[in-house]
Amino acid sequence: MLLNKHVIRFSVIFGVLSWVLLLVVDLLILFGAINNISVGFQKEISAILLNLFFLSLYTFYTIKVVKAESINFIDLLWRVFVTGLLATIVSFAIRVFYMLLGDTSLAENVFIVNFFYHVNLGLIASFLLSTFIVWKRLILYQKTKALISRWKYFEYAILASIIFNLFGYNLYEDAPFYITLIILLIMGLVLSVNLKWVAYLNFKQKWKSILLITLTLLYLSYFFINLKSYSTEYSRILVTDLVNNLFVLAVFGFTFLYCIFSLLVILFNLPTSSVFEQKLEDVINFQRLSQSIQKGKTEQQVLEILLDSSSGAVLAEDAWIEIQGRDGKKTLLHSEKLDAEAIDEIKDAVKQTRIKNLLETDIYSIGNTNKLTATLKDTKYKSILLIPLIVQNRQVGIMGLLKDVLDGFNKEMTDIINTFANQACISIENFRLLNEAIENERYKEELKIASKVQKSLLPSSLVCNELFDISGFSESADEVGGDYYDTFQINEHKFVMVIGDVSGKGTSAAFNMSQMKGVFYSLVQLDLSPKDFMVHANAALSKCLEKTSFITLSYFVVDTKTRKIQFSRAGHCPTLFFDKSENQSFFLRNNGLGLGILRNDGYENHIQVNNLEYSCEDIIMLYTDGITEAKNEEGEEFGYNRLKEFLDENSHLDPGLIQENLILTLFDFVGGKSTYDDYTALIIKFK
Amino acid sequence: MIDISNNIEDDFLVISLDGEVDASSSIHLDKAIDEAVKNNHKKILVDGSKLSYISSAGLGVFMSYIQDFDSQGIKLILFGLSEKVKNVFQILGLDQLLKICESKEEAKQLF
Repeated sequence: MLLNKHVIRFSVIFGVLSWVLLLVVDLLILFGAINNISVGFQKEISAILLNLFFLSLYTFYTIKVVKAESINFIDLLWRVFVTGLLATIVSFAIRVFYMLLGDTSLAENVFIVNFFYHVNLGLIASFLLSTFIVWKRLILYQKTKALISRWKYFEYAILASIIFNLFGYNLYEDAPFYITLIILLIMGLVLSVNLKWVAYLNFKQKWKSILLITLTLLYLSYFFINLKSYSTEYSRILVTDLVNNLFVLAVFGFTFLYCIFSLLVILFNLPTSSVFEQKLEDVINFQRLSQSIQKGKTEQQVLEILLDSSSGAVLAEDAWIEIQGRDGKKTLLHSEKLDAEAIDEIKDAVKQTRIKNLLETDIYSIGNTNKLTATLKDTKYKSILLIPLIVQNRQVGIMGLLKDVLDGFNKEMTDIINTFANQACISIENFRLLNEAIENERYKEELKIASKVQKSLLPSSLVCNELFDISGFSESADEVGGDYYDTFQINEHKFVMVIGDVSGKGTSAAFNMSQMKGVFYSLVQLDLSPKDFMVHANAALSKCLEKTSFITLSYFVVDTKTRKIQFSRAGHCPTLFFDKSENQSFFLRNNGLGLGILRNDGYENHIQVNNLEYSCEDIIMLYTDGITEAKNEEGEEFGYNRLKEFLDENSHLDPGLIQENLILTLFDFVGGKSTYDDYTALIIKFK
Repeated sequence: MIDISNNIEDDFLVISLDGEVDASSSIHLDKAIDEAVKNNHKKILVDGSKLSYISSAGLGVFMSYIQDFDSQGIKLILFGLSEKVKNVFQILGLDQLLKICESKEEAKQLF
């Protein structure tokens, strides 16, 4: 397959070759005619060479112009202009040369006249065909199927008209020649109304186009006159005369018509071009605003774009935006001539107008766009447009646009600014949501770490000896919980078991729980009585817990040698004790105030120590209120009675199995819904 | 999830609680008591007859004012608590620090 560059190369070679041959053949024919000898060439050969020359040029420009990447109209017109300029300069040079020759016989030499006519012919044909192809490109900008087919008919008809050259018709004598020319020109006229490209020129480009097309018109006129004068002056001696060439005349006529049409249309479009430009700019600004989020712009940049494009769109004198960031910080953006003080003055002036509510109340949506503009008094501005900025259904800021003329903002402007603001707010909203999502993700990660740390605060193994079995577990509703249990061995036969519940839930509860663990390990080693432990723990925690926080705790000291238990209860739910001898369990009720509630002296008056003896197969069950307060779907609590019944039924089992059954029973009771509270249990069974 | 209403009866301020006091609604309870203290009410009655549940956070609110009450000579009495809610106060031992009565009349007589 032939590549475009090959075609271009061939067409150039072919074109040059056919032109040179045309020149030689024409000169030989002339020589033959003058000397009355037959040179063996007919006029037809000259015509064929001329046609080949036209076709080469046509192919060359078709590829050069139509396939060019750029569809910049000014570039295209510039191309036409430059080709025309070159042709004109050469043509002028020929004129000057003639003038220098003056009246010498050389000037009248038929060979020289014909030679220069051929040079002109080549240049004019190049200019005409390049213009023709450029016009084709412009007409087919925004093409439709109908337009393409119409153009094709025209193009084929014009190309077909070169056949006329072979018959040597004369414009003024032969009707078919005449009629075909008129038909072609009418077709060209119909196509010349396709001037959509003009609308896409901006103001400056329109002026440039007018200039370039006017010059093209001048070239065309000059060339036509030039050809015409050759034709009349040297009609007898010209072997090839373009004025009698249907193809050339048709192309001349069409390019001329299109020049006139586009010139007029551009002129008439000049006054409205600023409106069109503005609309185009609005669309581009809108796109900038909507894409700003994808392009990784910051909130500040989005606002800058909003301020810029809004003041541009309504030709505002000055403008400002004030907005509250997610962190509550206020940002103020304003045009150069404004400052914070001036803005305050303007806001004071706004308070005297019908739109004062825009400044005062929280607005959730912009209802009536008519109520966004007002006339200002006592400021250098005369009208104002205020647009509330609403992000996540909350007014976060306001944009003010100012003009120094009365009623400077019409409905159209208000609407477009409203659209801009909406788009910017959506961008900001997305931006904020994205940040929130990232932050949440980070919190989740941190919670995971907190959860890990907290789980490590609960004992991984529990103390025990051959005289009792023990089992404990803790489940939290959130990632981190506030339940605590632990054990400690004081000596060979003395053990401490503790269970606690920190008020509140979640992270703050978890922090307090870690304090509880610290207090427990500091005091437990002192081998204190439960009461002393509680008094000291209360004193310590009173110093560390926040005002509304407290901790409930049950503290058990078990002596496996004497088989005695000493315990205190600081506000914690009463421990369940299973008495094997009576084969049923009961709650160990006594008085005791939670830790951290009474923060001055006197706590010792609110705590008791109880003593208990145990025997084989007795069970102590320590638990937190998450178990008794677990609710089923009807909102009923698990309660103390169910817990007691549960232990009675499961008392024959090992602590591990009791624990497993307890978890199953609880899950069964709450009916699969996630537990609301943390729940923890520590079960000890004596041997 | 809690409705709090204030009523002045003679020189008593009656704060009525309707609903549940959990971690989130305890903020409203805290606000109500804080206002009562700031407005210099010395005799405060808390009507808990419509209080269906109180969490540890709610107890924490009452607890946090105990010392303020002592130092400012304010007396706060709860009345009409359901068995369940009363039990929660008792388990924590708050009944040792705050007076809990059966009825409003009984409570008023304690001042």
